Amino acid sequence: MSRNLLAVLAGLVFGLGLCLSGMDDPNKVLAFLDLGGAWDPSLAFVMAGAIGVAAPAFALARRRRVALNGDAIQLPTRREIDAPLVLGALTFGVGWGLGGLCPGPAIVDIGFLSVGAIVFVAAMGVGALAHHALGLRLRSPRAAAQDA
Amino acid sequence: MSIDLAHFTPYSALAGGAMIGAAAAVLILGTGRILGAAGIFASALESRIGDDRWRFWWLGGLLLAPALARLAWSAPIPVFTASGLTLVVSGLLVGFGARLGSGCTSGHGVCGLARLSPRSMVATGAFMAVGFLTVFLVRHAIG
Repeated sequence: MSRNLLAVLAGLVFGLGLCLSGMDDPNKVLAFLDLGGAWDPSLAFVMAGAIGVAAPAFALARRRRVALNGDAIQLPTRREIDAPLVLGALTFGVGWGLGGLCPGPAIVDIGFLSVGAIVFVAAMGVGALAHHALGLRLRSPRAAAQDA
Repeated sequence: MSIDLAHFTPYSALAGGAMIGAAAAVLILGTGRILGAAGIFASALESRIGDDRWRFWWLGGLLLAPALARLAWSAPIPVFTASGLTLVVSGLLVGFGARLGSGCTSGHGVCGLARLSPRSMVATGAFMAVGFLTVFLVRHAIG
């Protein structure tokens, strides 16, 4: 199967999983993050189910170099715990806690024709592009040359 | 803290989670790519030169899922209660933070933890902790 066909399948199954688990609903996510109220532990079960299925696949991927479609398997290689990682995660956490939305569910909710989701995803795009623009400016000429 | 048994859905959460894990498995074993929603979305926006067309196909599949979920089991349409300002501010923070931190809930929280990546463990711990704290402040300290 081609890369694009497998990608559309993965997107569809990912989205169906979000809809089935209720993670497409920002209020259900917030109900998990609200330890001080009536707590809904569902999100932890979603992560357990996802990691339980994904872990053997990644263990297998680590021992292979080539994917089923012939492309190289690209696993992240960075190991260092640095400031951008931590600061980025902290920033992400504030946004996630404010709205109950993260990228996957927000994009799925556009499929429900939700105006709120369109607003959120547009802002998310601006945030991502702002990082992209800043990153290009902060990067040294040498690093930019290596990238090119 | 009390568990909200009326809204707790352990079986559909586990089953839906397994589907999310299966989607990550299809992408890594089928095409060699990590399923990180923020990264796929942002890279598609930045239109990186080269082999980026698969990202649009992945996004297309994701956008199609609700229609199929409606047909298959009458999946409920999520109700958005946040204000426009909250959506804009949280969207900006999520978009910027996920890129700065090299991942989001799917990239770090699912794929990264499944790979036992120390970076993803730190990132997931950090955004979970701040998520809990933010909701606590908004709902119980300020609200």
